[in-house]
Amino acid sequence: MDGFVEQPAPREEWGSLAPSIHLPLLPCLLHHPVTRGPKETEFQKTKEACLNYIQDALLQNQWQRAAEFMISYLEILETSTVSKRKTAPEAIWRIGTEILLHHSKSNIEELNYFTERMKNLGVKYYLKVCLEHIFYLLCNGLIDEAYQNLTLAESWRYGEQTAAQNDELKLIQAYKGLLDYYNWSKKREAMLELDEENFTDSSEQEMHNFFRQAAVNLKEIIKIPGVWDPFVVSYVDLLEFYGDFDEAREVLTEYAYNSKFPPNPNAHAYLYHFLKRRGESKKSLVSVLKILHKTVPSHELMLEFYTMLKKSKKDKKRRLGLEVIFEVLDFAGWKENVKAWSCLAEQIKQILDNSNKHLDWVKEEWNSRKDWWPAFHFSHYLAKRNWQENEKLAYEKALLAGILLGKDCKYYKYVLHQGCKAKKKRFQTLKKFVKKHNSAYLRITACSDSSTHL
Amino acid sequence: MDEEDTRDYNEPCVQCSDVNWGLTDEGKFYCKSCHNVIERTKEVLVSDVIPNTKIQSISKGLRKRKKIDKGWEWYVCEGFQYILKKQAEALQKLGVCPRMKDEILCSFWRRYLQKSKQAYCPRPVNDTPQELVVSDSATDVDSEPERVSSFDLSSFSGSDIDVQTERSFGQISSVDKTSETMSVHSGSIDGSSYLRKRRKENVRMSMPMTLSFCYMALLWLKEPMTLSDLLRFVAEGHIPYINAFQYFPEEIKLYGLDLRIFRVESWPKYEDVHNKMLELATFLDLPRFPAITDSCFLHPDMLCIKYLMEANLPDELHSWTCRVVKKTGVGEADFLTLDAENKSARKVNYDVISVAIIIVVLKLLLLLNDQYEWVLSNFAEERNKKNKEGRLWFDFRKWYKVVKKSVDIEQKKLDEERARCLWKCEKPLFYSAKQKAVALKRRQMIQSLQRQFDALTDSPQVTEKQSPSSFQLSWDEENPDGSCFHGHSLEGFLQEKCNLHRPMNPEYWLCTVKLCNKKICGHLAHYKEGDFSKSYQFILNLFSFLLRVDVSLIHEEVCLIEHKLFSARLHKSKKKSKPKKVEIPKGPGNTG
Repeated sequence: MDGFVEQPAPREEWGSLAPSIHLPLLPCLLHHPVTRGPKETEFQKTKEACLNYIQDALLQNQWQRAAEFMISYLEILETSTVSKRKTAPEAIWRIGTEILLHHSKSNIEELNYFTERMKNLGVKYYLKVCLEHIFYLLCNGLIDEAYQNLTLAESWRYGEQTAAQNDELKLIQAYKGLLDYYNWSKKREAMLELDEENFTDSSEQEMHNFFRQAAVNLKEIIKIPGVWDPFVVSYVDLLEFYGDFDEAREVLTEYAYNSKFPPNPNAHAYLYHFLKRRGESKKSLVSVLKILHKTVPSHELMLEFYTMLKKSKKDKKRRLGLEVIFEVLDFAGWKENVKAWSCLAEQIKQILDNSNKHLDWVKEEWNSRKDWWPAFHFSHYLAKRNWQENEKLAYEKALLAGILLGKDCKYYKYVLHQGCKAKKKRFQTLKKFVKKHNSAYLRITACSDSSTHL
Repeated sequence: MDEEDTRDYNEPCVQCSDVNWGLTDEGKFYCKSCHNVIERTKEVLVSDVIPNTKIQSISKGLRKRKKIDKGWEWYVCEGFQYILKKQAEALQKLGVCPRMKDEILCSFWRRYLQKSKQAYCPRPVNDTPQELVVSDSATDVDSEPERVSSFDLSSFSGSDIDVQTERSFGQISSVDKTSETMSVHSGSIDGSSYLRKRRKENVRMSMPMTLSFCYMALLWLKEPMTLSDLLRFVAEGHIPYINAFQYFPEEIKLYGLDLRIFRVESWPKYEDVHNKMLELATFLDLPRFPAITDSCFLHPDMLCIKYLMEANLPDELHSWTCRVVKKTGVGEADFLTLDAENKSARKVNYDVISVAIIIVVLKLLLLLNDQYEWVLSNFAEERNKKNKEGRLWFDFRKWYKVVKKSVDIEQKKLDEERARCLWKCEKPLFYSAKQKAVALKRRQMIQSLQRQFDALTDSPQVTEKQSPSSFQLSWDEENPDGSCFHGHSLEGFLQEKCNLHRPMNPEYWLCTVKLCNKKICGHLAHYKEGDFSKSYQFILNLFSFLLRVDVSLIHEEVCLIEHKLFSARLHKSKKKSKPKKVEIPKGPGNTG
């Protein structure tokens, strides 16, 4: 600021040129920008330090040490700061659970005891504590205990707090439904093992009860927008078993296509599988996979999608098929998938054999990949490795390399050399085939070159 | 009994127009003159809601319970008295002269009560809330003389509990009445007014103030315990301070505003306790304290020995600290003795000043400019390598490595210990009776969780309390690894001239050229870490760790000692108007 004041000389010099500075308003009373608020007491400081020690210990898996500091940190529950007192129980719950899950002397009883105390401590997240505890029980195979806890949690009432935790309550109910489904499917297995005559009415009744309980709760949760894969799958399984296919279709369609739900590739996959099971027309199957292809081009269903498309008589669909198979191979996960490579090789072979009618399709696809596929798929190193690990894969890739990159390509040359050395017959045919279609390679590169020049 | 219950009913009898009421066995009113029973029962007065005589007993029971729930009628100063008593007992256990509790501290306390007009005066002020006066002036007046007599604190160890019990039960009637009119702002009678009123001339009691009382008593007795020691013992839990209220008798109930007086959520601050002690000494109008002579533990010459030992420095340095003490005049009894009237000689931190003297001596001999001391270390190292026999020369570098290592370890230990410190006691505090259930439940919950985690760890170290020691670092002279420097010689830093030893180092640097005005900016000097050499910072930090005081406090004292030491030269150079240079060409070290 002083600089502005002590510059009279240049200001005169520049005169009208220099724009005058606009000073902001000052407050009537000058005061220092001090951070106000009550001073932190030493109690809080030491508890803060204690928390840091606990966090360090947790990060370094020193559960013993963390438990030691925890004894002192528990006092934070008695802090006189209101804001701290609100957040403290949750911190205690999370840290304590973490310690008890890992400490060598801890066991299920210890954790159950701790959880009961935590439920008492924080009504604000009572159901969250219940849920996590249930997950823990499920992970340890204590299905019955988990079910008991779910039932208890479901009936929990605490004034306004119950309403505030409505979402958690829905989840509790949904998980209860899931466990009902689990019991139901166990019964179903038993039923399938036994003869129908031995399967008594009472057990059938029991099974039906499980079904009803499960269906009610599962139906509720999947109405709310969200990702509910396990719930949806079990619900559909129930419906299909009892022959309610319309409801199942509706649920799956809603789950896949309702725009309120977050995008979820699994939803489309479930719908596809359902439709396939129901023996629906190709058209509807293709339309489901088309959407899936847009969101997840590397999905495992894409090969199936490709096979469906290549059989089509329409050019447009076959063109899409080529696109799908190319795109699949863009992903590292598919790099060594022989089936995908042979699909692509087969497709291109077909095009070449078909008097190059659709060579421009290949050109277009190749155009965007020619910069990086050689290094990504057709390096010398990969040639060696593929040859050692999977000869079939090397063969398919070499074929493609020969056509797309010409016969001077390192990958092609290496694999061909190795193949001929091993006196394998099909490599001879491969050589002939590539030679025969050398013109195609020239056309692909020429065309793409010209396009880049443009 | 009857009179009490019928006192308030002053209607004349319908039959004989006399006002002389009594109670029948069923609690009905009857005229004692003509035995006429009227339609009025005793309970109507107490509660309009319960006309039924059968419920009388229940309502009585409830009232009684409330009485116990309320506890005794007590004053804030009584609470502090308990705490002081406990602290004095703890100090006695630590080996302080037994006179301290019953003679010194008690008389200070009595004097305080008198001066602040809380007791031992014709009419104590400040302790009876307005409501009480309004509700029943008669009992108030009645209780007053009783109250003064009850403060007959012949000694702390006497039966003061009994005195209070007696007194409180004698006043139950008044408690009863006041309990309804009095607000629930505090458990004590004067809790709210205690915080509200702040008289200029009055010194208010507070938790740090209890330590000021203790320190003052220790000082009066010239006990070998510095303030930093006292506060360290407090922090280590040897002297009750945090949660001192837990020693109150069951019937002294603490809630509401009392929490703000008795709840402790911070450790006592050195400067705070010291300043409060000075304030208190002035307020109590105490005479000059017993003189601190050179045979006293608190005399810098003595304390320097202690701190030289603790810092693992050569014993030979002591002769140098003595010279600095003599030259600067800080060893004189007039300077050291606390005298409320002598304002210039009031603020002496015995421990800090001794430490500052040691630092000044180190600066004189080693300069501590991050160069000279290392050069000297090289010499000492070479010499020690060659001459394996005889006394070793003090090697600053080696000393630094050894001390740094163990201070770092101790510091880490201390930090962890502090983090582990448990602040709360079994007796939970709550603001109002409403919160009582919640607070108790929460406490139980914490205890059960603590037990759970305790069972997981089963480490005995948490419960073990280390025994009090006046040394935090100890160096074993017998230790063969040579980590003890007490016996090392200073030969390497000295040269002989005219039969006198003087430091080889011809230079000195002042921490500050000009001292600030304490009244204006609050400090004599200001410490900013980056401004000073690393060696100097290390030594400050070392002593700051030993005394558990702020680094800047020691730095300030160093500046003060330097200015006393160089006053003649500074004065001269001022005359020459050349104060800008920080380096003073030659240290005067040798005064012998």
